[in-house]
Amino acid sequence: MNNEKLAMLKEKATLVRKGIIEGTHAAGCGHPGGSLSITDIVTYLYFAEMNIDVKNPKMANRDRFVMSKGHAAPALYSVLANRGFFPVEDLKTLRKTNSYLQGHPDMKGIPGVDMSTGSLGLGISAACGMALAAKINDESYRVYCAVGDGESEEGQVWEAAMFAAHYKLDNLTVFIDFNGLQIDGKVTDVMNPTPHDTKFEAFGWNVITIDGHNFEEIENAVNAAKACKGKPTAIIANTVKGKGVSFMEGKASWHGKAPNDDEYAIALTDLDK
Amino acid sequence: MAEKKATREAYGDALVEFGATNKNLVVLDADLAEATKTCKFKAAYPERFFDCGIAEGNMMAVAAGLAASGMVPFASSFAMFASGRAFEQVRNTIGYPHLNVKIGATHAGITVGEDGATHQCNEDIALMRTIPGMTIINPADAVEARAAVKAAIDFKGPVYMRFGRYAVPTFNNDSYEFEIGKGIELCDGKDVAIIATGLMVSMAMEAAEMLKEDGINARVINIHTIKPIDAEIIVKAARETGAIVTAEEHSIIGGLGSAVAEVLCEKCPVPMLRVGVEDKFGKSGQVPELLKEYGLTAENIAKKAKEAISLKLN
Repeated sequence: MNNEKLAMLKEKATLVRKGIIEGTHAAGCGHPGGSLSITDIVTYLYFAEMNIDVKNPKMANRDRFVMSKGHAAPALYSVLANRGFFPVEDLKTLRKTNSYLQGHPDMKGIPGVDMSTGSLGLGISAACGMALAAKINDESYRVYCAVGDGESEEGQVWEAAMFAAHYKLDNLTVFIDFNGLQIDGKVTDVMNPTPHDTKFEAFGWNVITIDGHNFEEIENAVNAAKACKGKPTAIIANTVKGKGVSFMEGKASWHGKAPNDDEYAIALTDLDK
Repeated sequence: MAEKKATREAYGDALVEFGATNKNLVVLDADLAEATKTCKFKAAYPERFFDCGIAEGNMMAVAAGLAASGMVPFASSFAMFASGRAFEQVRNTIGYPHLNVKIGATHAGITVGEDGATHQCNEDIALMRTIPGMTIINPADAVEARAAVKAAIDFKGPVYMRFGRYAVPTFNNDSYEFEIGKGIELCDGKDVAIIATGLMVSMAMEAAEMLKEDGINARVINIHTIKPIDAEIIVKAARETGAIVTAEEHSIIGGLGSAVAEVLCEKCPVPMLRVGVEDKFGKSGQVPELLKEYGLTAENIAKKAKEAISLKLN
């Protein structure tokens, strides 16, 4: 990756993170922790990878993204807004009564959202359906999906894993956002879903493990997924919950809590560093 | 006696028939293709048939993804699993985004027979009725089942279709016309109206014949679309007859009886009684015996009709 591209992605990721803080702060609630952990991945996808048209969000042959961990809506909305699907200013209306920016992604009302999600384990199955449709119609688009590590405790994730391998959905790439934390604590303490790599391998997937905050590793993994034929790819992304905001990093308590005014100011200062 | 055919058979035949011209039509099943009769579509168009294995929740959300990508998926399983096991997937990934998924639920009600309570779904209409924007169709015979599949394909949005395992009389003929949400008056009468759905429709007509022998003129209405319900035909029947009986192969809680009661309470209260499965689980047995034990008979409909008439306020 050249320096120019890397600098662009870092700059965009900072803007996306600021949007997450703006949105959750204005809402007084929401999920900043898991939004900040998935930020670099969605930033890469929307700014460097996916074939999309902000003027035509429903373009038939577009690449799709499904935020299966739908509570990371602030990250999805922020990346969509910063990419130009709707005004960045609107992020401050997140979760408000008359806003289109629902607490969890709503494909009917939000430009650029490819699937309504929020109930965990469902989005990855829907992503399988999209990838299958491309296979049936011989279309070239690719489908990306982000699954939480806590989310992988849902049995349906593994039903979908079976399905994707069975139908050889090599146009499907799933990121596991392995930030290690869920609402009640460490994923390994609450209900250990690890190891993800050998599980997905056993289900017949191509598996790549990366640092989910390193754009070069994200890029290499995405390219490797595109080159892999006959199998879907799972990218196990080691991430930090709350990444980029000093007092949120590595804290399960920031799963579903908004920053107050003082914390908001500190967060924005952290992100400008 | 009319020819008998299970509505699931008609469902399988209709998928093949309409799949010929609708190239976006794809069929999903969860390891029950032989029973749901989607095996017919599988044989005709194997490239558009996808077995999802025994994983109904995944199947419903896969269907949502297919619909979001322009396909018209028919997702099939037994009513118990399509509406019960996968309720939340249907609600959140199909209902909430109002995606164009068609759910073909077979083996509804106690006429599943020998498999018993775990497979006899008497709650699916109740469950599906609570999902905003869900259309629910419960065909009465093979002709209506075929028409329902055609209408579901032409309709944009989620549709839950309920089919039976048991062969039932085919009473509609080739000139039959089906419109989603439009009830059908099968015979006129002024003393009482029997509002029936599914396999209870032909029994309702039998009941009307029995009542005629006792000098009672019963109106019979076929409500094939439970949601949106045809309030107009129900209110008209209440005004003109003053007594209503509903008949369904489903729990009396949450199904046709409840839907009709909701309409009557708000628009035209008259005495009404419900024939259906009375807040009980099913059990193993031969279908004719089960229908009798659970009161799903023409005789019971006629009995309830007389009771309803006796409750009229004069």
